[in-house]
Amino acid sequence: MATLQSYLMVTAILFGLGLFVVTTRRNAVGVLMGVELILNAASINFVAFAHFRGNDVAGNMFSIFIIVLAAAEAAVALALVISLFRQFGTIDVEEATTLKG
Amino acid sequence: MLKDLVFLGTAVFTIASAATVAFSRNILYSGFALLGTFAGAAVFFILLSSDFVAVTQVLIYVGGVLILVLFAIMLTSKIGDMNITNRSINYKIAIPLLLLFLGMLTQLMSGGSWDFGEEKFQSMVVPIGNGLLTEYLLPFEVISIALLGALVGAVVIVRREIK
Repeated sequence: MATLQSYLMVTAILFGLGLFVVTTRRNAVGVLMGVELILNAASINFVAFAHFRGNDVAGNMFSIFIIVLAAAEAAVALALVISLFRQFGTIDVEEATTLKG
Repeated sequence: MLKDLVFLGTAVFTIASAATVAFSRNILYSGFALLGTFAGAAVFFILLSSDFVAVTQVLIYVGGVLILVLFAIMLTSKIGDMNITNRSINYKIAIPLLLLFLGMLTQLMSGGSWDFGEEKFQSMVVPIGNGLLTEYLLPFEVISIALLGALVGAVVIVRREIK
């Protein structure tokens, strides 16, 4: 039951939901949540491949680095969201069109 | 047997909370549902014998990223009109994209052989500790500098201009 393929199925669904969130949300924080879902799916995949290859250490390293980079990305992105809110009074990504030509 | 049951329960729980993140109309509920997804991922890490990664996941995602996300929600939306804070657009693009992507993945997974058999649980703390100080020392240092730069950058972005 808990084979590599079943892990791949679960993470594919997680990744798909994340992709759906990123493409459909108007709220900038919502888009960020989609990115977190995608990163989580990728890091579970790394660890699953490492485990079924005989507990390889490289996959674990990759997923630790993914987690750290996700934390850095979340900090910067939320800072951007807050400054967007200060500038426009909304965090709707459709409203921030100052750079539109 | 027990492992399979735990896997199945965690899979259902994780996907259900991810679906709540995706389809809830209230952004605050999406934020809280993200907690379920992160916790489910931590259980997956333990099942995959990566106990260290599971603890890191709980500490950084649940303790850090999720709190940041909730802070951002509370700071940027007016509590009064909370019900329509998470509207969706672009279904015409999103659904074909999703179907294309899932089709590609199932195509990839149905070909080839994926029979790796069962693996025993084995704690990965000692190999990770050794790896971080020998083979992966350079990436470790580089990522610490990247993290520092990102945090300083975040502070610079949100601070108010002093004239």
